[in-house]
Order: sequence, then C-alpha cells, then structure tokens
Amino acid sequence: MGLVLLVVIWLITFISAYFFIAKTWWLPTGASAAAAGIDHHFATTYILMGIVFVAAQVLLGWFAWKYRDRAAASPARYSHGNNTLEILWTVLTLILFVGLNLMSSSIWASERFRAAEPGALQVEVTGMQFAWYFRYAGPDGKFGATKPELIDPSAGGESAIGLDPTDPASKDDVVSGIMYTPVNREVEVILRAHDVIHSFFVPAMRFKQDAVPGLAIRMHFTPITTGDYELACAELCGLGHYKMHGMLKVVSQEEFDKWLAAREAEKQ
Amino acid sequence: MAGSTGGGETIMATRQIAAHEIHAHAAPQGFLRKWVFSLDHKVIGLQYYFLALTAVFVGMFLSLLMRIHLIWPNVSLPLVGEIKPETYLSLLTMHGTIMVFFVLTTAPQGGFGNYFLPIQIGAADMAFPVLNMLSFWVTFIGYIVMLSAFFVVGGAPLHGWTGYPPLSALPSAGPGEGAGADLWIISIALFCVGALMSALNFITTTLDMRARGMTMMRMPLTCWAWFITAILGLLAFGVLFSAGILLLLDRNAGTSFFVPLVVVNGQIAAHKGGSPLLWQHLFWFFGHPEVYIAILPAMGLCSQLVSVFSRKPIFGYKAMVYAMLSIGLLGFMVWGHHMFMSGMSPYSAFAFSVMTMAIGVPSAIKTFNWLGTLWGGRIRFYSPMLFAIGFVSLFVSGGISGPFLAQPTLDIPLHDTYFVTGHFHLIMGVASIFGIFAATYYWFPKMFGHMMSESLARWHFWFTFVGTYAIFMPMHYLGMAGHPRRYSQGTELAFLQPLLPLQKFITYVAFVTIAAQFIFLFNLFWSMKYGKKASDNPWEATTLEWTTATPPPHDNFGGRTPAVYNGPYEYSVPGAPRDYVMQTDPATVAAH
Repeated sequence: MGLVLLVVIWLITFISAYFFIAKTWWLPTGASAAAAGIDHHFATTYILMGIVFVAAQVLLGWFAWKYRDRAAASPARYSHGNNTLEILWTVLTLILFVGLNLMSSSIWASERFRAAEPGALQVEVTGMQFAWYFRYAGPDGKFGATKPELIDPSAGGESAIGLDPTDPASKDDVVSGIMYTPVNREVEVILRAHDVIHSFFVPAMRFKQDAVPGLAIRMHFTPITTGDYELACAELCGLGHYKMHGMLKVVSQEEFDKWLAAREAEKQ
Repeated sequence: MAGSTGGGETIMATRQIAAHEIHAHAAPQGFLRKWVFSLDHKVIGLQYYFLALTAVFVGMFLSLLMRIHLIWPNVSLPLVGEIKPETYLSLLTMHGTIMVFFVLTTAPQGGFGNYFLPIQIGAADMAFPVLNMLSFWVTFIGYIVMLSAFFVVGGAPLHGWTGYPPLSALPSAGPGEGAGADLWIISIALFCVGALMSALNFITTTLDMRARGMTMMRMPLTCWAWFITAILGLLAFGVLFSAGILLLLDRNAGTSFFVPLVVVNGQIAAHKGGSPLLWQHLFWFFGHPEVYIAILPAMGLCSQLVSVFSRKPIFGYKAMVYAMLSIGLLGFMVWGHHMFMSGMSPYSAFAFSVMTMAIGVPSAIKTFNWLGTLWGGRIRFYSPMLFAIGFVSLFVSGGISGPFLAQPTLDIPLHDTYFVTGHFHLIMGVASIFGIFAATYYWFPKMFGHMMSESLARWHFWFTFVGTYAIFMPMHYLGMAGHPRRYSQGTELAFLQPLLPLQKFITYVAFVTIAAQFIFLFNLFWSMKYGKKASDNPWEATTLEWTTATPPPHDNFGGRTPAVYNGPYEYSVPGAPRDYVMQTDPATVAAH
C-alpha cells in the first residue's frame, strides 16, 4: 500500500508539474506595459511554489513508503517534536511568503496607487446587462452629462448610456461598442455600471477591474502592441454573463485619430 | 499491517481504576424522543451527518448537471430537460450554497463534533442539550427552505453563493431573483441562527465539561479544532445573519443598504445611495473565516489520524494548537483578499495581502508537522489513514495556489477565473470532504458497532483521490489561460475555444469520480448491518471514545466518568506494555 501511494502521489505531482513547466496552457500573450512585470512575478511565484509543491508531495509519498508498517520495521520513533525545527520552518516560510509579497508590491503600486498620466487618453467604459459601451470625450475633452431616466439599453449606443443631448459637452461625445485605443499611449478608463456589478477584463492587457453601480472607478493601462484583443466580463452579472464580451482594437495614433474623426463626422 | 484486535480487557481495567460514579441518565424510550427530537448529542450528531449526506449528493448531482451543460449545451436530459444559461447559474448558486453550508459546515462540526467532542473530553452530553436539538432543527428547516427555492416561480436564484447585490437585491435583475432569492436568504439566515446556537454549545462544553485530568493541553487536536471552529462560527455567523437581514429589507422593505441608483432593463429601480461594496465586506468578513470553519475540523482530525496510524506521538502538539489559534485569529483579518478587484482602496489591498501571506505560515507549519509525524513512524494503511494522507496531499496542492491569489498583482490576471475555482475546490472543498470521509471510516465502528469494508473503502479512495486531481488541477490551467468562472458556455470568446478539450476531460472524469461515491454510499449502509462486528478499540487508539462501549451508551460512559492521566498521542512509548497508552491509563509515563 505504501508503494502504491508513493507511485500515485508522485505521478500526480509530476504530471501536474509537467503541464505547468511545458506551459501547455499559459497566460495569454501580454500586450501592455505592465504585462512583462506581472508575468515575471507570476513566474517567480510559480517557480518558488512549484518547488514547495514538488518537495512536499515527494516527501509525503516517500515517507508513506519508507515508514510503512512491516515485520522488519524498527519501532516507531517516540518523539513529541523538535522546537528548533518548528522555529526554523516558521521563520523560513514567513520570509518566503512575506518576501514574495513585498517583491510584487511595487508592481501593484505602479498599477493602482498612482493616477493616470496627464496625457492619457480617457475612455469611459460602461457595463450593463450584457454589453460594454466605450465613450470618448471628443475634441472638447469633456464628457457630457448622462441621466438615468434617459437610459434605454435596447436602443444601444448613446441612448444605452443615457447621454443627455441637451448638454453642450455631450455634442462631440463618441459612444462605441468597440474599444479603440492608440498604441503606446496610456489609457485612463473610467469604469461605470448601470445595473449590477460587472468586471472589465482584458486578458492581454493584464487588466481587470470591477465596474460597480454608483462608483466611477479610474484605472489605467498602456497597450504596447497593436492588434485585436478580446475583452470579457469577469463578475457574475446575470444570465447573459458568458456572452458579455467585446473587442479592444489597439491601432496607431493616426488610425485612431482617423477612426475618431469618422465617428465625429457620422454624428454631425 | 498489524491486526485490529481491541484492547478490551485492559479497557475494563482502566475503567475500574480511572472512573468514578456519576449520575446516570436513562435513555428515552419513545421513537420521537429517541430518534427525532432527541437531546442526545450522539443522535443529534447523526442527524447532522445524514442531513449533510443527503446535501452532498444533491450538491454533487447539481455539479454534474453543470459539467454536462458545459460540454453538451443543447442536450435534453430526462426529468431535467434542457439546461438554459440561467439554469446553469441557478445550479452553480445552489451547488455552492448547499456544499458550503449544508455539507462543509454541517458534517465536520455539527456531525462529528457533536458526536465526539463530549466523548473525547469525557462528558456525558453537550452543555445545553435542548439548545443542541434546536440548532439541528433550525438547520434542518433552513435546508428545506433552501431546496424549496428550486420549486417556486422563476426557480432558484442565479447570483452565486456570494450573492453580490445589486444582482441579488433586485427581482428584475434576472430569473430566480424573485421568490427564489428570498428563500435563499431566509435559508441562510436560519442556518446562521442554528450555527450560532451550536457554537455557544461547543464553546461552553469544551470549557466547562472536561473530565478530571483533561486539561486543555491534553485535549485531542480534534477537540481543539472543534473549539476554535466554534469561536470562528460565533464571530462570523452573526455578521452574515445581519447582512442577510439587510439584504432582505432591501428586497422587500424599500431600504437601500446595498443598492445605489440603478437602471435595470431601462427601468430606474426604487433605490438610492446604497453601497454594493458594503455587502462584500460583510459577506467576506463571514466568508473567509467560513473557509477555516470548513477545514479546521479536518485539520484536527488529520492530525489525530496521522498520529494514530503512524503509531507515533503527533509532531509538535503545542505548535499544532498555536497554528490553529493563529489561523483562527488571522482568519478574521484577511477577508479583503476576495476584493482586490472590487474597487476597494488599493492601499487596503496591500495590507490584506500581507496578512493573507502571513496566514500561509501556520498552514505550512501544520503540513511540516504532519510530515514530521509520518517520519520514523510505522504506518498502518487503513482507510482512515489513506484519506488522511490524501488530505495532506490535497491541502498542499490547494494551499500552494494560495500565495498566487493572495498577491493583488497576480490577482489581476487570476481573479474570477477557473484558477480560483481549482484552488478553493482542492483545499476547502475536497480536502475538507476527505476529512469527512476519513472521519466516517475512522469513527463508523464506534458509531454503528460494525467495521466498514476495507476493500471497498480502498477502491473509493483511489478513484476519489485520482479523480479529484484530474478534475481540479486542469482548472488551474484553464484559469491561467484566462477562462472566467461562472460562464455557462465558453463558445462566445475566441480565446476560450482551445480550452474546450480540457473542459471535456474534466466532465468525463467527473462522471467516473461521482460514480465512485456510490461505492462509499453502499459501503456505509451495507456495513451498518453486515459489516464485521467492531471491538471497542479497533484502531488501538488512545482517546476516550475508545475506552467506552461500542456503540457508546446513552450517557457515554455507562454511569461513570473517566479520569485522564495522559496526553492524547502516547504511541510507542518506550517501556510501555503495548505500543499505545490510553489517556485513562494510570500515569506510567512522565508528563509531556
């Protein structure tokens, strides 16, 4: 029985570890400025934890086999423990765990402690059952007012977010179902939700943040590679949660300007 | 392997030396008083256990339906029909709620705790038998109310077991958010009341009812675990109860504790100024300690079993006690790690993260001590021990992903993905269930007077152990690839398409693993009648439940109360006549 346990535990450990090491399934390719740092820390955590995982399981399987009860076995060791060992492994784990935490705190700080840079492109992201809308302030740099009584999700576009057409600032606001951003320029997202909590998840940008009704949450990320990136909802929001998705198109600044100008022209 | 001969004669001798007379309770005779409205902690323990047993099969069946829908979305099942996306979310909500409350909280504490805490500390019953009966029946009514949510108009709620408002607060937010959601909240509130009464009982019993010589530091680690779990329950369930009442008021009395101004389907809801994050804080202030409520009893039991079946004293008894106490204390300071992406202040996220990493330390200490106990032992691989070793393995595997999720930086890609689902299922889900299985195989002889079939138990173990890993390890891979949890389909997003084979694999394994649970069910009921007759101490263990008759008499020790002279884990003591010294054996061993 001890031998079977050893074999099964070791097999499980090595097969599990293989798929982590072979990266058969892995984080999607990163395309934002923060991705490299986050991925690097992910790899660090995963190597350290991987060593602990394999060591503990290998030891468990080995002990089960080595100390199995059999006629030739020596009597069990009568020991109540060892204080030196207890202190040693307490201190070592404390250093490992808290150290790991402190290593990653600078990444977290740069992502979440500081506000967006002054030149960042502002995009208001609104979540509702079950769609995302993206609003750009237009040439005046100001978002027009929205009113709850004007919200009509079935109409889509500006009506879906309840844009008030009587507000002069809303005249040049562009509302899109696809998110466009220029490459290599910081994007400040202003996250809102109308009905229930949603979560704005852009895997390739290593970006995730809940959109909470009643709050306007400001966050930022910087796309560094052009391309189309899927975005999704990561917070359970109702029956259509699984299909509340969208697309982020990262394009050059010129293409972005052209797109925005075309949308402005459509509006007039 | 050594034979399982009991130490019957020695036990009789021990009783004569160690016991002194107490007032003997007469057992009630009527069926209702004996088996239904019983005041006997053993019967109440069995009631809790069988409640959890039905609940675990319901919860498991729901998870099977979810797995089927994930890979065959259009299949129509007999009786169930076609599963729609909203049905999937109802299944998910009810699976989580039933498993967390009516299985993981009910069986280890209400079931085994009730049955064995008084016996292991040498008491005749719990401190408040009537309260004990009430706590079971309130829990039972809660369970019925929970199940009834399936049968009301709109069906069961779809807001997940965490019930985040505004989704859970607005009947218009989705199907199941009408009467079903009200019943869900009422059921949880009832459960909280039952759990609070039970917690008071456990704490008082542990502090006041211990037999002569049973000092706190001579208690088996199972008793420590039940005691600490009860303290956590006392502090946590009150908060969830209050939150539940507030949510009920938001839904039915026009208050706005959790709901700001929202527009659902183009209609402005009649709420203003509430905070959705307030619910999350209250919920997780309960919810994180709840994780430890589910797993602490399994930790205590596992410590017990590793020592019994390695024939060695537990490695670092005091370290184990202090580790559980620090887990209990730190458990109340880490709830914010569920909210790193919620819009909570990023500065508090940093603080919660440090505390969460710190709670990994006592958890690691426990693992080291389990390994330390195995080291140099003479391990007997009976089924309880197999499940205890399985528990350690799962605890390590599920625990190791904790430090990923405890860091807000890594939570950015991993939060609300299958990585989290894999993590908590391994550790608080299946590891705790392994604790329940181990406890069943270990204490069944004492509870029912028969042994369970070892060969069936082994088959059950291998299928469940391998199956668990094959189901939940791939979920970590899904999560790393960015698969969000709580998606009824992965068909809508292009980047999820390559993950479908992995989802299929998980479902296939789930079929096999779930089928294997019927081996357990059969073994349980078959052995009650046909199992080999059990001696009083089949495992040659030292704690007090093995000093009394099998099954124990109504007052546990047959009119006597034991006196305790030794610690709970005196195995392979040099110079002792046997390889174990009962807690009630006269003090031949030097105090430790």
